Amino acid sequence: MQFLVDTNYKFVTKNRRRIGFAFSIILIIIGIVFYFLNGGLNLGIDFKGGATFQYKFEQKVDVNKLRDNLKEVGFDRAIIQKFGSDKEVLIKVEQGKDSTELKNYLEKQYAGIELRREEKVGPSIGKDLKRNSFWAVIIALGGILIYVSWRFEFKYSVGAILALVHDVLITLGAFAIFQFEFDRTVLAAILMVIGYSLNDTIVVFDRIREYMRVERPRSDKHYEETVNKAINSSLSRTIITSVTTLLVIVVLYIAGGQILHNFSFALLVGILVGTYSSIFISSPVLIEAHLKVSND
Amino acid sequence: MKRVEKWKWIVIIFIFLIMFLTGLPSTGITDGTKLEKWLPKKVNLGLDLQGGTHVVFEADVEELQRKVEERGGEFTDKELRDAMDRALKKIRNRVDKFGVAEPVIQRQGRNRIVVELAGIKNPSQVAETVGKTAYLEFKLVSENQENYIERVQEDGLQNVKVKDKYLNEDGNIREGSLPQMVDILYQKVEKERDADGRIPFVLRNDIVVEGDSLKDAHVTMQDAEYVVAIKFNPEGARKFARITGRYKGRQLAIVLDDVVQSAPRIQSQIPNGSGIISGDFAAQEARNTALILKTGALPVPLKIEEKRTVGASLGQDSVSMGLRAIIIGFIFVFIFMIFYYKMSGIVADIALVFNLIIILGVLVMFNATLTLPGIAGIILTIGMSVDANVLIFERIREEYRLGRSVGKAISNGFDRAFVTILDANITTIITAMVLYNFGSGPIKGFAVTLMIGILASMFTALFVSRVIFQTILSRKNIRKLSI
Repeated sequence: MQFLVDTNYKFVTKNRRRIGFAFSIILIIIGIVFYFLNGGLNLGIDFKGGATFQYKFEQKVDVNKLRDNLKEVGFDRAIIQKFGSDKEVLIKVEQGKDSTELKNYLEKQYAGIELRREEKVGPSIGKDLKRNSFWAVIIALGGILIYVSWRFEFKYSVGAILALVHDVLITLGAFAIFQFEFDRTVLAAILMVIGYSLNDTIVVFDRIREYMRVERPRSDKHYEETVNKAINSSLSRTIITSVTTLLVIVVLYIAGGQILHNFSFALLVGILVGTYSSIFISSPVLIEAHLKVSND
Repeated sequence: MKRVEKWKWIVIIFIFLIMFLTGLPSTGITDGTKLEKWLPKKVNLGLDLQGGTHVVFEADVEELQRKVEERGGEFTDKELRDAMDRALKKIRNRVDKFGVAEPVIQRQGRNRIVVELAGIKNPSQVAETVGKTAYLEFKLVSENQENYIERVQEDGLQNVKVKDKYLNEDGNIREGSLPQMVDILYQKVEKERDADGRIPFVLRNDIVVEGDSLKDAHVTMQDAEYVVAIKFNPEGARKFARITGRYKGRQLAIVLDDVVQSAPRIQSQIPNGSGIISGDFAAQEARNTALILKTGALPVPLKIEEKRTVGASLGQDSVSMGLRAIIIGFIFVFIFMIFYYKMSGIVADIALVFNLIIILGVLVMFNATLTLPGIAGIILTIGMSVDANVLIFERIREEYRLGRSVGKAISNGFDRAFVTILDANITTIITAMVLYNFGSGPIKGFAVTLMIGILASMFTALFVSRVIFQTILSRKNIRKLSI
């Protein structure tokens, strides 16, 4: 079986480039709007401090009753949600509250209750993680910029980096919209998305570089056509790899358990967007960068 | 086509056997067989998979500085380093006494200590215990309690409270409101008559025996209650004898880490330097207290900045869920490759299986730790590692369509795809390395499996599947490519 053989879709004509950019900018703006509407990302305790308890009950849990219970002992701002099954809940307590009381109370109130996971993060750890994540993303992007500039040309790295920033922003936007918890595993997923999306972009760039050597385009139009040809000839690979990767991520999302849910959601969004950007962002930006240089 | 050099197959079989045998015990197949003795141990599971506790203690630097300056010394970085080193040693000592196998106890940054415990019944509690300062003091209870404390009727219950003029709006003791000589500390009680569950005591600061003069501490029973019996060293014993002699009939509060345990009345002088700490202890609590008293107080108070505990049952669930996801993901990709690339897909699938074996083998070989995100990394690798083969196959198809012979198409395909695979994977490795350096425990596990997966997939795609193709071509006269 084969598909997408000898295609000649026009991906990067001037109009199509504009449509692609506009579409991405709209997506990013939607993310930003939701970011402010929802009061930012739903940061997990990894970043803002606090405590989480995962309890397993013997019977089905009545979340409302549990909420009333916790109000009585002074945890009226605790967040309670079902976790995975009917018998399990996740209780989140804000930073600065002594949660020993909550534990003692629940263990007395409900017989046979099992504390399966407990996480407590203080403010200084959260602050460190924020700083570290910021630097992690910057250093990853910097390393990529250097590598791509070295192996290709500087204008290629502009395309690659913009595509990555695009992927990260849209993935963050999805978290702003759906308000899924943003914890340290999501951060890892985002770095992973950077790696994957770049992988995709490099494969296309590699083709572009190869064709440039053969074609030696003299006009801007010829340059554009060469880029387009490269995208088309690597199209089936781009799609197949995305399909196999998305396949396993969907499996991870469905069967990987609740703890990895946010992580696999970030990957799902990021890989979709990353595939899109390797066609509709990185190469078009390369063309724009080329035009800018050749017109000056 | 020319014959494949024998050494290539020897290399492949050699690597396969080593990786296979290294990884084999981790699958559980060899459990209880004779092979178990001859093969390496199982892969290390992270705390999130085997259950356990990860605690980060942070030293109270200000408190240490205050203490050093009180002694008239100058607070320098060296003071902090020394204190941290001593604290680390004490904690290690305490953990050893609990009999934890292979604990992780290490410094982190300037003023943090990381403790990781697994394989014991209540790791979270043990971790908390070993980080306690365990600063023991015996302080005389002041005679004029009523100057500072009043009895009030609240909701029909008797309650003991600190007078309002000594409190700030948060209900804590207002700084500077007490005379230098006294201090107010609380005893925690589980009694209904006190709403806060704590009774204030006014204690004399100047009449004190410190706990660093302890020689021994152990648990015994007294009046059907667990208590900790302590023994002072000679110097401490003399001081203790002097105070118990002079203040006979008064109350002496036993204070552990600024919490009053009990405040018994001095019945008679205690000359031999032994005492009893009673404090409504549960058996376990008494044992823990004795243990930390015996190892002595930490030179600097620590507070828990981060604590993550995973129960063993949840860890097991995570392992089985992760395995299930790996198997399902594997089957999907396996079938997809055959479906899409036919016979060549089988070659890619062989490479995929080889990858998984290498990942497990390398994890065991380098004593790396498999975490839940690490399992996710393996699943992701299943999807991504076929990419190298996809790149090659697509190239072969292109060459084939251009009318090249089967052999030429295949060798061109491999050659052309080589640079692409290299460039694309190196950039992914860059991000994985960044993740490894910045990530904490479980995330590191993700970066590790990802890196091994990428390297393994390059090896299997560029070398193993190529050798398989060449061997088939050299043995059979293939006219039509099944790809």
